[in-house]
Amino acid sequence: MVDFKILGSGCAKCLKLAANAETAAKELGLPYTVGKITDQDQIIDVGVMMTPALMIDGKVKSSGKVLTPEQIKALLT
Amino acid sequence: MPFDWKSDGRTLLLLTAAFIAALSIPFGAPRFEGSLHEAFALMQWYAREHVVLCLLPALLIAGAIGVFIGQGSVIRLLGAGANKVVAYGIASVSGTIIAVCSCTVLPLFGGLYKRGAGLGPAIAFLYSGPAINILAIVLTAKVLGFELGAARAIGAVSFSVIIGLAMAFLYRHEEQDRNGSSMVGEMVLPEDDYSFPTGVVVALFALMIAFLVFANWAPADPKDNTLWHVLFTWKWSLASLSAAGVALVLALGLGFVWWRVALVAATVTTLAIALPDQPQAAVAGGVVGLCVVAALQPGAGQEWFEQTWGFAKLILPLLLLGVLAAGFLLGRSGHEGLIPSAWVAAAVGGNSLASNAFAAGAGAGAFMYFATLTEIPIIQALLGAGMGKGPALALLLAGPALSLPNMLVIRGFLGTEKTVVYVSLVIVMATVTGMIYGTYWG
Repeated sequence: MVDFKILGSGCAKCLKLAANAETAAKELGLPYTVGKITDQDQIIDVGVMMTPALMIDGKVKSSGKVLTPEQIKALLT
Repeated sequence: MPFDWKSDGRTLLLLTAAFIAALSIPFGAPRFEGSLHEAFALMQWYAREHVVLCLLPALLIAGAIGVFIGQGSVIRLLGAGANKVVAYGIASVSGTIIAVCSCTVLPLFGGLYKRGAGLGPAIAFLYSGPAINILAIVLTAKVLGFELGAARAIGAVSFSVIIGLAMAFLYRHEEQDRNGSSMVGEMVLPEDDYSFPTGVVVALFALMIAFLVFANWAPADPKDNTLWHVLFTWKWSLASLSAAGVALVLALGLGFVWWRVALVAATVTTLAIALPDQPQAAVAGGVVGLCVVAALQPGAGQEWFEQTWGFAKLILPLLLLGVLAAGFLLGRSGHEGLIPSAWVAAAVGGNSLASNAFAAGAGAGAFMYFATLTEIPIIQALLGAGMGKGPALALLLAGPALSLPNMLVIRGFLGTEKTVVYVSLVIVMATVTGMIYGTYWG
């Protein structure tokens, strides 16, 4: 089970990142969950300075950009 | 189906509002019809004068900044252990390369405050960002004139340091308590995906900015200022040279497919020769060509195109609405919109303390609801309606810094008291700067 968390205020870029993460997991046939962290304090507490950021299984994998499904697949394999 | 108060209620409200509007708008009244005409006339003027030569190239530069300049390394200089002088300096100017969209700026503000260089630099960054990002500088200078553009940039940078220092001084005791207690873990910075040689990146930006500057070089009185005038007569030669330079950097430095770049260059040259009186055609061809070439280039090129499109999608619709609203309410220079020019002149004309304070305070209050960059058409319309130059600068310096999203985030992180202090500092400083500017350059 892959656990995605999208960190960000909920702007268009965050939604795109969430959609890309889902696409990546589906294409690899992995079961997944997608969660959101929108609280600024929590985002900062994990150290993220620029949103949107992507967390996979509790680890921050990228920040400040919208990864493509291909880039996310590379992180999953 | 039962009446759902939430969704049906909203529809009912909208329908009622539309009905009341249709019933009561004075369509026949000359002032109303004149205002409608002004709204579209102003929109057309923007479309003819500013979009192709200025806004589109500036969007491409903004997109390139996001891809080719390593933002992580800049933010690293603002970390917790940063040298204070360096931190203030970097914070006050880093908006140029980071702050195009508030969705990246606001979390960064919180991060700098809580685990970076502290309150002062965080405030400096938040304040200067909306005024000195590349799109704001370019558009202010082009629409409102070089002088006001420069005053805005210089004012915003120096202001941000002063306001940051003042905030850090007022709350120095809290800062000391905070240090050491809440600093846990590392900052996670965006890693830089592409590394191109520094020389190539510097050349790319220097040439793109040179193109933008020359293509928008304003005419000057031949008797008045010789160098300025000589540069004006040479502007298209200089702009073409810069554009050719950009093409060379793309093909040789960034590894773009050379024949595509050459194809675009040939098209642009043909357009320039075929339509010598319509430079917009050649520039539009170049912008479209560059976008296509970039979009077809996997990696950095593609990302450049995507970032540029992201900014365009975000900014252009809001700017269009801002221009229409400014034209409708205030009209073009020499024409009246819905609001009589006499009112504008009475409130913010001349350069009195009252005018400046009114522009900084009341103007900023109204600006809370405007989006980034729409301040420019609105201030232009106000200037046309009789606003003084000092109050215009006061409004430029206070307005965007006090936008609603900014205020909410500051309040969320700092609490109501510090927010009130910040707002008061901004308004007082903007008023004073507006008066000084209006006195010497007004």
